[in-house]
Amino acid sequence: MTMRTKPKFVGVLSCSGEEEPEGTIARNAVRLVMEKYRPGITVSLCLPLYLAGDSGEREFAKLAPVIAVDGCEKACAKLSTEKYSGKVSGAIDIRALLREWGVDDHLSRSRPGELEWELTERVAQEIVKKIDSLIQEGELATKPEKEEAN
Amino acid sequence: MPERKVYVIPCSGIGKASASVGRQATYRVVEELLPEKADTMCLALLTLEDPGAQEKVRENWVVAIDGCAKDCARKNVEAAGKPPEIAHRVQDYMKKHKNLKPQAVLDIGEEGKKLVELISQELAEEIDVLLKGGERK
Ligand code: SF4
Ligand code: SF4
Repeated sequence: MTMRTKPKFVGVLSCSGEEEPEGTIARNAVRLVMEKYRPGITVSLCLPLYLAGDSGEREFAKLAPVIAVDGCEKACAKLSTEKYSGKVSGAIDIRALLREWGVDDHLSRSRPGELEWELTERVAQEIVKKIDSLIQEGELATKPEKEEAN
Repeated sequence: MPERKVYVIPCSGIGKASASVGRQATYRVVEELLPEKADTMCLALLTLEDPGAQEKVRENWVVAIDGCAKDCARKNVEAAGKPPEIAHRVQDYMKKHKNLKPQAVLDIGEEGKKLVELISQELAEEIDVLLKGGERK
């Protein structure tokens, strides 16, 4: 009989999004979650390693649940994960979120200012919610860490 | 037929400050130094084998800027149908300019910004040479 050990980490994978402001928000929000909001349990991977990397990198989503964070409806992170690695446990489409939040301001992809960082923080919180639900559903062998003050 | 462009495609590194430098150098080139001639695209579209993105690679000139020796941008461009005309690694510039060490992924710091400037100026010159049909450095 084999026992399934629960993963201790959650993979949060951002699309690359160099062309779009929402892509910059995606990358920065993932870094915020890794560095500030859920450090120690969040791991990430450079997305293009799926094609450029070795089989170890392609095994990524088989070893840990993955949350895909995409800048737009093209869903590159989600679809690449599903294509090369496995199902995602959660997905975020930032353009759809911005629509939902009524944001239609012009955003910069190269020089994020106050508004872009505020939105990045909000997206980071959406990622945190998804990580915490995975923990609550018993998908991870860990407990949510105490959140740092904003 | 639309005029050929130069697509500067940085890798999508999220864990290394060198990748952040590559991305910022890309933006400096395509938005400020050569806005009429150069553009960028989401590398992830190539990872996903998006036909539109692959066509852009095949029909235009491409510069790949990688954060590290894994060369994700160069390899994904090659997989789209042709090698990039110019390819660089930020880590090679860092070896040459040891005094310019980017600070962190989210904030590359003052030295990182100097490195961005150095790389983007060199890139813009190389792209100009490429567009004039001359030899690359
Ligand atoms: S999901 Fe959209 S923003 Fe992100 S890499 Fe793909 S095309 Fe670019
Ligand atoms: S070249 Fe290096 S830093 Fe860039 S995406 Fe690949 S592994 Fe990440």
